[in-house]
Amino acid sequence: MAKPRIKVPKKVSAGDVITIKTLVSHKMESGQRKDKEGNVIPRKIINKFSCDFNGTPVFSCDMDPAVAANPYFEFKAKVEEAGTFKFTWVDDDGNVIEAEKEVSLS
Amino acid sequence: MNLDRRTLLTASAAAAVASFFGTGRAFATVEDVTKAIEEFTGGAEVSEGALTLTTPEIAENGNSVPVSVLVESPMTEDDYVESVMILAEENPLPDVATFHFTPMSGEAKASTRMRLAKTQNVLAVAKMSNGSLYKASNNVKVTIGGCGG
Repeated sequence: MAKPRIKVPKKVSAGDVITIKTLVSHKMESGQRKDKEGNVIPRKIINKFSCDFNGTPVFSCDMDPAVAANPYFEFKAKVEEAGTFKFTWVDDDGNVIEAEKEVSLS
Repeated sequence: MNLDRRTLLTASAAAAVASFFGTGRAFATVEDVTKAIEEFTGGAEVSEGALTLTTPEIAENGNSVPVSVLVESPMTEDDYVESVMILAEENPLPDVATFHFTPMSGEAKASTRMRLAKTQNVLAVAKMSNGSLYKASNNVKVTIGGCGG
């Protein structure tokens, strides 16, 4: 599975609202396309993305085939304490991509 | 003179997209869109304001169109934005994505990239923790449609 690219500030001040950017390589096959023989190429997308901080949900997204290939997200998180962001992408086939990023207080 | 040229270009681009998709492709209908909104809102009244939807006016490539939403909210435990649904009214399937926020989000602001099959309205509906609903919509002109082929 592809390694996701994630941007999180390493050091933050308590109470800061930070910007997080994530990108994961995935074709996001929409299920709308046809191959050369005219058969529909079956849908295979990442249908769910979520971000937790120290076990508490921060942001998540349910995706439909209209999300572009290599799904990219930019969102905000309020950080009150040091800890770990956990990112999860769930594929239609059940595969899960996981990644973690730590932040410390400055 | 310029205007004529522009009109001609727009027309030829539209024709190119039409031939690209062929005639048999089904796009979402008004009913599909209404149904998706009703499922999200539970049929409650939706008002304007509080929600800002940002999309480009013209998207050269429908395969990757940036979209971002911003909802004004204090984002506290008692008053925050629960979710924002994005719909593309004339894609084969109108649903694009639904963002879910929590008080931990700090700010109800998120961006992603979507596929647009052709020039159309993009619609966003926001649901607050107190049940109130807001909507916003933008027209996006698409030069090259983005759903494969």
